[in-house]
Amino acid sequence: MPLPTVAVHKFSSCDGCQLALLNAGEALLQLAQRVNIVHFAEAGMLAETALVDIALVEGSINTNHDVQRIREVRANSRYLITMGACATAGGVQALRNLQDAQGWHQAIYAHPEYLDSLDTATAIAQHVKVDLELWGCPVNTQQVLQALSSLVHGATPAIPQEKVCAECKRRGNVCVLVSEGKPCLGPSTHAGCGAICPAFGRGCYGCYGPQGVIYAGIP
Amino acid sequence: MNHFLAREDFPHLLSALTQAGYGCVGPQIRQGAIVFDHLHSVTQLPQGWQDEQQPAHYRLQQTDSPYWFNWSNGASAIKPYTFAPQENLWTVQRDQSGRLRFQATLPQPQKTAIIGVRACDLAALALQDQHFLHGKHVDPYYQARRESLLLIGVNCTHAAATCFCVSTGDGPDIRQPYDLLLSEIAAGFLLSSGSTAGATLAAQLPLTPASDAQQHTAQQRMQAATQQQRHLPAKPPLFAHLDHPHWQTVGARCLACGNCTSVCPTCFCHQAVEIPDLDGDTSRHERRWDSCFQPGHSYIHGWQIRSNATDYYRQWLTHKLAGWHEQFGRSGCTGCGRCISWCPAGIDLTAEVEQLV
Repeated sequence: MPLPTVAVHKFSSCDGCQLALLNAGEALLQLAQRVNIVHFAEAGMLAETALVDIALVEGSINTNHDVQRIREVRANSRYLITMGACATAGGVQALRNLQDAQGWHQAIYAHPEYLDSLDTATAIAQHVKVDLELWGCPVNTQQVLQALSSLVHGATPAIPQEKVCAECKRRGNVCVLVSEGKPCLGPSTHAGCGAICPAFGRGCYGCYGPQGVIYAGIP
Repeated sequence: MNHFLAREDFPHLLSALTQAGYGCVGPQIRQGAIVFDHLHSVTQLPQGWQDEQQPAHYRLQQTDSPYWFNWSNGASAIKPYTFAPQENLWTVQRDQSGRLRFQATLPQPQKTAIIGVRACDLAALALQDQHFLHGKHVDPYYQARRESLLLIGVNCTHAAATCFCVSTGDGPDIRQPYDLLLSEIAAGFLLSSGSTAGATLAAQLPLTPASDAQQHTAQQRMQAATQQQRHLPAKPPLFAHLDHPHWQTVGARCLACGNCTSVCPTCFCHQAVEIPDLDGDTSRHERRWDSCFQPGHSYIHGWQIRSNATDYYRQWLTHKLAGWHEQFGRSGCTGCGRCISWCPAGIDLTAEVEQLV
């Protein structure tokens, strides 16, 4: 039986989520024995229009070209998984949704007529059907690998439906909000990172987004 | 309390424990709070430190007192040493013929002596024992850890503003089984043993008979910890007030983070997740602390029973303070007050109960 195929697509983003996947190191080699990674620009493989079983999508939709491209990705993929804050919520570039984007173009660029930039930066799920969302800025490498592994072996990926506080307490951290008075978004942020920030004595800044909005549409 | 161990002789206790094969765990300061961690030397103990606790507030202050245990309690009870925050229950492997082989992954814990266990936490341990060990099905994972422990209790001499163990009947003096029991006075410790293992250790220490004056001082210091600002009624009839509007008021403040259940020394709920390996042939089954404040906790075959903070909080409080009486013959609260201090919204169960009944 041929190996399941995987493509990693990039939209408007910093590449950090792709790097999180590349950083998996040995586990990535192990993954490459279970799946055929056909497109992953950051790692060198290029086949953007290939039909695949699983598409991992990084980045948000910012241009007319993006809109067209994400539809192609959707049409070419059996499962579409968005990874990271940009793909799932728009990312930091979505700050412009609250401002006059065209005004900024005029103010910043000498030749704004060359830009093909929409007035808003939007999440992938606002344009096409998404089967699973993996949050974070960047995503948790282990979570991406586990989701892929589950999917390849026919199981529904188990995405925790809890707050960062749950992971923080299991890790044995002392609550920085209570013991040091530091602002911490852990009580309302979706788990998945393993409470990295509080483990190093700083408050959570909510990069996994609010708990309760994660979409896992895979039946 | 017949014996006295001078403060300068306390290292003998650590040596005796090490020689008997125990790893030592004791209180120390980390990230601005008292926590239990590996203890190699008495210099790690929080000498002179005292805790100040209020709803959503925990601070340590250093005083010039000679005491090592003059604080009420820390960020976590001893729960992680018996009921692990996360642990593998089993692994499963598919062999060449496609058969699945399950293998239990029982822990093999090192013998561990925990120094400085409080009355509230020993009472909570007794409740966890009731749940994990004395029911119809013994939990072998909990059992292995529990049996590896040697418990050295210390009677409280300071009550935080969040303490209410007097009203639950669990402290401030230790009332549950221990191996060794200490009462701290300036010059050292009054010591008594409560088990064969404790007596064997005590026999190796340079003890002297405790004088009447020393016993009197220890008694007086313990008496100070009975002055507590909070109180919980013995058996609040919460099930008779399920529709009380105050549940909504608490629900509006609750962030549903579940911190109260994580720091609670008696909460025992857990979830299990399957973690498949990339090789496609192995998988491990992991148990993790769960919380009735998480949406998945009440998910039953396609239906989530509770989905908002009001329902979460009502579930937690009614089970803890009312349901436990039917289930375990007593309240599930031992008055440690951690759910008050470590709640980021400062929700105080003693105040909420007052409003609700």
